[in-house]
Amino acid sequence: MTVPMPGGGLKVRGLTTTFVTPRGRATVVDGISLDVAPGEIVGLVGESGSGKSITLRSIVRLVREPGKVSGQVEWQGRDLMAMSEADLRKVRGAEIAMIFQEPMTALNPVLPVRLQIEENLSAHTTLDRRARRQRALELMNIVGIPAAERRLDEYPHQFSGGMRQRVMIAIALASSPKLLLADEPTTALDVTIQDQILKLILDLRDRFGMSVLFVTHDLGVVAATCDRMAVMYAGRIVETGTVAQVFAEPHHPYTRGLLGSVPRIGAERSMLLSIEGAPPGLIDLPEGCAFHPRCAFATDRCRAERPPLERFAAGREVACFHHRTVAAMAEAA
Amino acid sequence: MPLLGFIFRRVLQTIPTIAFILVVTFILVRLLPGDPASAMLGDRAIDADVQRINAKLGLDQPIPMQFLYFTKAVFTGDLGNSIGLKLPVIELIAHRLPVTLMLTGMAALIALLMAVPLSFVAALNRGGAPDTIIRGTFQIGLSMPVFYVGLVLLTVFAAKLRWFPVGGYGENFLDDLYHLFLPAMTLALSLSAVLMRNLRAAIIGVVGADYVDFARAKGLRARVIMTRHVLRNALISTVTLFGLSIGTLLGGAVITETVFAIPGAGRLMIEAIYGRDYPVIQGLTIALALLVSFTFLLTDIVQAWLDPRVAR
Repeated sequence: MTVPMPGGGLKVRGLTTTFVTPRGRATVVDGISLDVAPGEIVGLVGESGSGKSITLRSIVRLVREPGKVSGQVEWQGRDLMAMSEADLRKVRGAEIAMIFQEPMTALNPVLPVRLQIEENLSAHTTLDRRARRQRALELMNIVGIPAAERRLDEYPHQFSGGMRQRVMIAIALASSPKLLLADEPTTALDVTIQDQILKLILDLRDRFGMSVLFVTHDLGVVAATCDRMAVMYAGRIVETGTVAQVFAEPHHPYTRGLLGSVPRIGAERSMLLSIEGAPPGLIDLPEGCAFHPRCAFATDRCRAERPPLERFAAGREVACFHHRTVAAMAEAA
Repeated sequence: MPLLGFIFRRVLQTIPTIAFILVVTFILVRLLPGDPASAMLGDRAIDADVQRINAKLGLDQPIPMQFLYFTKAVFTGDLGNSIGLKLPVIELIAHRLPVTLMLTGMAALIALLMAVPLSFVAALNRGGAPDTIIRGTFQIGLSMPVFYVGLVLLTVFAAKLRWFPVGGYGENFLDDLYHLFLPAMTLALSLSAVLMRNLRAAIIGVVGADYVDFARAKGLRARVIMTRHVLRNALISTVTLFGLSIGTLLGGAVITETVFAIPGAGRLMIEAIYGRDYPVIQGLTIALALLVSFTFLLTDIVQAWLDPRVAR
């Protein structure tokens, strides 16, 4: 998913993350390339285990041993993969911030919220104690936590799930990052809270011109927030495009399957489609296209040869030999 | 402040504990074979003398009355006089207990100084050579009895190398520390082995936590992540274990003080037991029990301070 960008932004090329396990070598992220332009929200979509979270962590080299990350991650003209750990630390949390799926486990249970916000400021700004306190309060207000002054001295367990996620966003925003890596930030929340958090992220993008790379398995969330999207399957990107394009005309059978599993309001009542089978294990991926065992369109070629991710229209890419047929079917349906 | 409320409630809880300690000590001493009067007077005592002594000690009173006198005496700091040494028990304890406290404190400090850095090295090199070596060494230390470790240290560092004195106690504070080093080391070895096992496992658990990843994603320095986020959380369970171990350590001091000929409370206890010196046994038991329950109180407070979810 490559678009021309006037400077800045995130450019990922051939990002690969492998884990050597006792059972063999697993390529969890397999040569991913994608761009996030300034102020853009890009959705990275896929089932559990498709490698989307690891992709996000790989971008800022937050993958633990025995994981090995390679490829190129260009951030504002600098290659994050080649950077020293000390330089990278100045990027993490300052220019590129990250929020996690589970605010309960991502916040340190034994430290007051104030400290968890302020330690980001201590690491990345020259603000003194007083100014840090002021900024922490301001951040709590930005993310919409009521009675912020009092709540700063409370601990994570004293907050509700939605408020905890707001705290995590406040921490991420502390040093005014240019890019937010969001790892399923709404999955653990109930729907009304989810909606509030998504609105907050959109609002922050508008106010601060922040880019967001949004990992989710929820297509409804993608439709509500993202400009462009990339669909991942078994560690690879299989389809990209603007959200409108992909939703209107999916070209990959897997995308088609994902969209078919979302109920639509107003549409005629019909059986929800589900994709037969389960995602493959990453240690022994099938030959050829990784999706072929679950694909209704699969031919001998799919079983022998891996389809490359190819551009077929402006801003549109797909990795499928039969994507024209798939798209035609979608239109007919 | 929820912590202050917690401390208040926790202190109130020690009241029944203290009452229980008094009852148990009172009963235990009366269950011991032999009686104080014959211990004082020897084998050829005549009945009249025994009765006179019993009356003097209040032992002719009904048991509940004896308990009331006993409680009143304890609270006024009157623990009676030693039968053997003819000195007030409270004075003996005041003289001997600080030695044991210093020994225990020094042992606890050495154990912590060894266990904390080593468990970090072991946990962060999990399965590697440093981990195996550290764990192996401490496993051996843990499986050897305290008196044996003490004798080995004595033979090597005191008798052969002459780096440390063979026993006894010092003339001033620094000399005390010098004399107490080997015995404290003896106690510290087994304690640090226990602490290390626990802390290593705790660190391994915490290092994999989401909030440690989140701290890394914030761009914090490795040192800040390790102390503020990893160590603090890992210590929560170890602090409890440490507090409980202090009780064991006080018990261990009885043996160590005997091996190293240190004039502490442990030695006093052994002497008192051999001499059937009931007032001393009783006084020491109360003092040690109070000390242990005070340690537990302190442990709980530290734990609540480390983990605000406890103080709730």
